[in-house]
Amino acid sequence: MSEPFSVSTESLDAGRVLRSAARWHWYEIVFWLVAGALFFLVPTRLALLTEIITLGLLALSIDLVLGFAGIVTLGQGAFFGIGAYAAALAAKWGAGSFPLSDPILGLLFAGAVAALLGFVTSFLVLRGSDMTRLMVTLGVGLIFGEIANQMRSLTGGADGLQGVDSAPLLGLFDFDLYGRTGYLYSLATLFALFLVARRVIHAPFGLSLRAIKGNPLRARAIGVPVNARLVAVYTMAAAYAGIAGGLLAQTTQSASPDMIAFHRSADGLLMLVFGGPGALYGGLIGAVVFRVLEEIIGDITLQYWEFWLGLALVLTVLFVRGGLIGLMQAAAERLRRGKPEVRR
Amino acid sequence: MSFVLETRQLCKRFGGIIATDKVDFRLPAGARHALIGPNGAGKTTFINQLTGVLRPTSGTILYDGQDVTNWTLRRRATAGIARTFQINQLFLDLTPLQSVLIAIGEREGAGAAWLRPIGTRREFIAEAVALLDKLSLADQRDARVGALPYGKQRLLEIALAIAARPKVLLLDEPAAGVPEAEREQILDVIARLPSEVALVLIEHDMHLVFRFAKTISVLVNGAIFVEGTAAEIGCDPRVRQVYLGEEVIDHG
Repeated sequence: MSEPFSVSTESLDAGRVLRSAARWHWYEIVFWLVAGALFFLVPTRLALLTEIITLGLLALSIDLVLGFAGIVTLGQGAFFGIGAYAAALAAKWGAGSFPLSDPILGLLFAGAVAALLGFVTSFLVLRGSDMTRLMVTLGVGLIFGEIANQMRSLTGGADGLQGVDSAPLLGLFDFDLYGRTGYLYSLATLFALFLVARRVIHAPFGLSLRAIKGNPLRARAIGVPVNARLVAVYTMAAAYAGIAGGLLAQTTQSASPDMIAFHRSADGLLMLVFGGPGALYGGLIGAVVFRVLEEIIGDITLQYWEFWLGLALVLTVLFVRGGLIGLMQAAAERLRRGKPEVRR
Repeated sequence: MSFVLETRQLCKRFGGIIATDKVDFRLPAGARHALIGPNGAGKTTFINQLTGVLRPTSGTILYDGQDVTNWTLRRRATAGIARTFQINQLFLDLTPLQSVLIAIGEREGAGAAWLRPIGTRREFIAEAVALLDKLSLADQRDARVGALPYGKQRLLEIALAIAARPKVLLLDEPAAGVPEAEREQILDVIARLPSEVALVLIEHDMHLVFRFAKTISVLVNGAIFVEGTAAEIGCDPRVRQVYLGEEVIDHG
């Protein structure tokens, strides 16, 4: 690419730190290659891996809202659950055939419904302190959960919706018993949404979110339309959570009150805090660690899982800045000490 | 004469306290104006109303002849009223370069762009770098703002306000608490601002005030006590009285 003559070499140098942060790093490529390779490495646990992907996507959506824009939320699980019901209902109405039961259209529907509700409720989180936002998002989540529970004719109430089959993916690949199609489909969806999120955070829009998180007063004073940006990111994150829920419903062929329950929001937040907020990968890594540990510890001693979970949470929050991602960054920093420090 | 910023009978009450008392204030384009007064006179409260941080209890604010009394802080900022804060209001987890880029991006209407990485906006970066150089922040461009020394943070406050290319710039004690060497830098930067920008400076340091200001308003108990050219205010015995025991006005 040719450079315009008017730009000094110094200013080219100046943008270097920003551009290098936006470039793909080797460890990111490794991460996605490993995610793809797991398809061959652990073919017997693809259902678990698929669930992890949906949880990771939920945590990623919380990261957009909390890690970047600084909105504390305990209600993201509601959008997850709404997406799950939307996708399940679309599949049910279509009776397993195109277009209503098409999985990709179903996901778009799930994302759109969640985005709409996210947009409407976003205005409730514009004002107020962290505490207000925590309670408002929690309250909204509880309301949606109870609505889903009460609308029996639509949602199946406490029984949920079972055995809702999607049409074959792209008209070609059936959702098989081993979850092969489900895993690759979920991974591809996660990757696509991750690419968009990655673009967003390195663009002016994402930077302005971090400015709002850092100091909303100053952000307004330099012309950032704070409310519009918060509405936009909250809506976007709701769509992400809805698609995550839709994926879980499609790959498990069911939707249930458990998917919209409060613990989804709490689990998502936990995963993000473990993994490290504000880094995009934090939620994904947090989801992997959370679910894998739950499996392992649950195999050994089922009743103590929450004890260890609680302990790990307390230790992470008190002693580890930036979660697992923070730990890894600190370790990498120590390894290449001597080189000039490059900040994200 | 046309005024870029004007208030009419501006009042602000906090409960029983009158913080701004029927202030009629006129700022011509390109002004070099200082707002002085004893502590608690309501200077910052006044600036907060001009910029939209606070809503006045009554009265009108005109910007370029337009009633902006009900405009938000953000709308006024976009229209060309910029400010610095008495207490630093910065993005501690970003770098000075990122901070200034946000201000430039918003000014150019590119703040909502979500596809193109900010690092590839060469024209923005060139401008941001030039601005940071001018404010002696070149070496700290990619450092975390929260880790900068206080004086450098004060300079960044000014950089953020200037990046918006305002028509009116309100500086709320820009040099307060800044070490002597960097104080000079701040003054230099202010002196070199384009002459068409109307400047309002709140400052306690009278040397600084008289070096900078062509006109001065003295605010006492929320009301304008006296207004005039720097020379008039400098030898006004009533002003000396207000400041007696606080500081002796000595212009030169």
